[in-house]
Amino acid sequence: MPEVGSRSVLARAEFPAFLGAIRAAGYEIVGPTVRDGAIVYGPISTPEDLPEGWTDRQDAGQYRLERRSDRALFGYNVGPHSWKKYLFPSRERLFTAHRDGDSFRIAPEPVEERRLAYLGVRACELAAIRIQDRVFVGGAAVDPGYAHRRDNVLLVAVQCGQAGGTCFCASMGTGPAVTDGYDLALTELLRDGRHEFLVDVGTRRGAAVVDGVPMRAAGPDDVRAMQACVARATQSMGRTLDTTGIHDLLVSRPESPEWDDVGRRCLACTNCTMACPTCFCHSTEEVPDLAAERVERWRRWDSCFNLGFSELHTGSVRVTTPTRYRQWLTHKLATWYDQFGSSGCVGCGRCITWCPVGIDITAEVRAIRSAPERRPEAKAP
Amino acid sequence: MSINSEPSSGSAHAPAGEPPLAPIPYTVLTRTVDTPDTITLSLAPTGSARLAPFVPGQFNMLSRLGHGEAAISISGDPTRPYVLLHTIRLAGLGTQAIASATPGTVLAVRGPYGRGWPLDRARGKDVVVVAGGLGLPPLRPLIYEVFRRRSEFGRFEVIYGARTPSDLVFYSELQQWRYRSDSRFQVTVDAAGRDWYGDVGLVTLRIPDARFDGPNTVAFLCGPEIMMRFAGEALAARGVPPEEIWVSMERNMKCGIGQCGHCQLGPYLLCRDGPVLRYRELAPLFRIRGL
Amino acid sequence: MSASDEPPLETALAAHPFLRGLSPALLREIAGHTERREYGPDVTIAREGDPALEFFLITSGKVGLEMVAPDRPHLTILTLGTGEVFGWSWLTPSHRWRVDARTLKPTQVLVVAGEALRRILEEHPEDGYQFLLRLVPILGQRLDATRLQVLDVHQL
Repeated sequence: MPEVGSRSVLARAEFPAFLGAIRAAGYEIVGPTVRDGAIVYGPISTPEDLPEGWTDRQDAGQYRLERRSDRALFGYNVGPHSWKKYLFPSRERLFTAHRDGDSFRIAPEPVEERRLAYLGVRACELAAIRIQDRVFVGGAAVDPGYAHRRDNVLLVAVQCGQAGGTCFCASMGTGPAVTDGYDLALTELLRDGRHEFLVDVGTRRGAAVVDGVPMRAAGPDDVRAMQACVARATQSMGRTLDTTGIHDLLVSRPESPEWDDVGRRCLACTNCTMACPTCFCHSTEEVPDLAAERVERWRRWDSCFNLGFSELHTGSVRVTTPTRYRQWLTHKLATWYDQFGSSGCVGCGRCITWCPVGIDITAEVRAIRSAPERRPEAKAP
Repeated sequence: MSINSEPSSGSAHAPAGEPPLAPIPYTVLTRTVDTPDTITLSLAPTGSARLAPFVPGQFNMLSRLGHGEAAISISGDPTRPYVLLHTIRLAGLGTQAIASATPGTVLAVRGPYGRGWPLDRARGKDVVVVAGGLGLPPLRPLIYEVFRRRSEFGRFEVIYGARTPSDLVFYSELQQWRYRSDSRFQVTVDAAGRDWYGDVGLVTLRIPDARFDGPNTVAFLCGPEIMMRFAGEALAARGVPPEEIWVSMERNMKCGIGQCGHCQLGPYLLCRDGPVLRYRELAPLFRIRGL
Repeated sequence: MSASDEPPLETALAAHPFLRGLSPALLREIAGHTERREYGPDVTIAREGDPALEFFLITSGKVGLEMVAPDRPHLTILTLGTGEVFGWSWLTPSHRWRVDARTLKPTQVLVVAGEALRRILEEHPEDGYQFLLRLVPILGQRLDATRLQVLDVHQL
């Protein structure tokens, strides 16, 4: 069995065997696949399910797929889905209460039997998973569903060889290099007519999966090629975000005229919060059956951009779009530190790409830095 | 970040396979109409499962199954946690369903959650309580605690105001409290008719002349946010240190366990870092519209 | 209690929290235009619109200030007790009561003639300034409170 920390090289021809080994270890594979003109996450059975030879072109409010000149399996960045689709599903039943005379009995949720392997987790996504871990299993209360799925997932990371038009993971310190938090990490290497993958073994679980998969030991050339990939990705970042003093900056500018500015453009459509891999806000609702014999409590994604999100008996606290945008941005980049000890942003760029009006979080931070603290008062002539 | 000394209590780790902090059945024993839109329910465990004892200032999540959950402050005696008292203001469908529960109805309860009133900080000092409207129920457990441990504290001043006389909660209890020689209770209303011979005027007007030694006082406030802002200022003007003025804040709550994001108030998650926070930290946040 | 048993007016004025600390000379002059009054409960001292000719200092009891609004028969908007003051419209031009004032229980007051008091304060500007320095914060607090009442804070 390969050692943890060891590096091997897998030939493209053996990629089906690699997928087979993951399945033989008891995992269902989910990963990137082309659907409806985008690269989304779905079931993967064979390498043909992967976006072979595709890349993505992303900019503010823009996303399209383009053909590559090679046949790379992972030659793109991230699409509208994130792994929270599986770890923190958009709808999840928390429990079922059965009528028991005048009272009720809680039936525990059946433990999910299936184990998933996430194939193609980028560095920014590993960071996002770490951030959501802190919310759902890192505090005083542990979410059993999330904890179970998290404990049983196989994380197969993929090193980015290029950055996307809206990527800024380098600014957020979350990439592009995949450093830890994975069971296995792949770097796709296309050179001299060869198509191979450098395989990093991160954990014993990962080692057990690839035990027996035909690979050769990695040599210094292979490692150099991997480092060149990382360098290419680092140099091609589509965006930058200056994080200098960002917590105090945002917390101290509640009256910035920029909030009104962006608030006028923002549609409060909640695309950004749905696409964001770290957004965790959710609501609960109770669903009785017709005979009122059973009541299910469900959890579903919510968004701070919704008017009712901040509702009190006297009305909502954040009535206008500017106040809601301020809440989202300040939380994501500043007060997340106060609440969870880190930034909430991993620089994946999804909120920029998927905003229908092209609002760019990196540009907004720049605007707030340069805007006055508050709208200047009209002066008497 | 540590804001006060009272730890957040309430069970957290559910056994594997069990739902996250599943609610427990509690039966309604009594239902009292306090005001036209406020109801107090007393609840006792339906079966053998019961919640952990609570600290004054904490809240539970209550639900009339099928109608949604609401965060409701515990308003009863903390030394008698077996029977839980909750005072509910009728707001939306969830609270109306809970408040309309008659004796014998079983509600789903989980908790207690939140950081409560740090009463220990007031040992050897004067205690001032300022309550507005529905701010009195979360303070009543604290008032009971002060009575129980009376000799540990200096003067005890309570100022309570509601909109009109019919909006005063716990009215008969208030009348009894006013006869106590070890405390001073001032009750006032914003406006009244001809049949009211008590005080009229906002609670903030009672603070300049209330009897306490400002620099040696700990104050506990709960009520409409604007009123708390002015009350905090009036107390600070009397010399009460801003780090010894404690305010219970309210925001929309869904999970009560710091995972749903609804109860954010700036950097704070009220269910986890509050609902009791310090005026010193809140003062700058009070001024921000739509925070 | 006969008039001779009561402390002199000057002493009573000096003892009232509102005037405490003002110069004895000033208080002596004011005493010359002051009288004691005693009211039973439920007595209307003044009605909105009446000429405002007097300044009231409460030495014991409780007074309610009331508004009469078209859609309501009666609304008490402020109560004042021992040590407080009311009736300052003699200071400003219209010289008319802006509210009704009614005792809620047996009440004793010191009443100072408004016109005389105004003249005394004008003739002693430094003392006059001190007097206003005490009155303005009280009105300020009531103004703050009134604003909160306008916001109807319990509904917000």
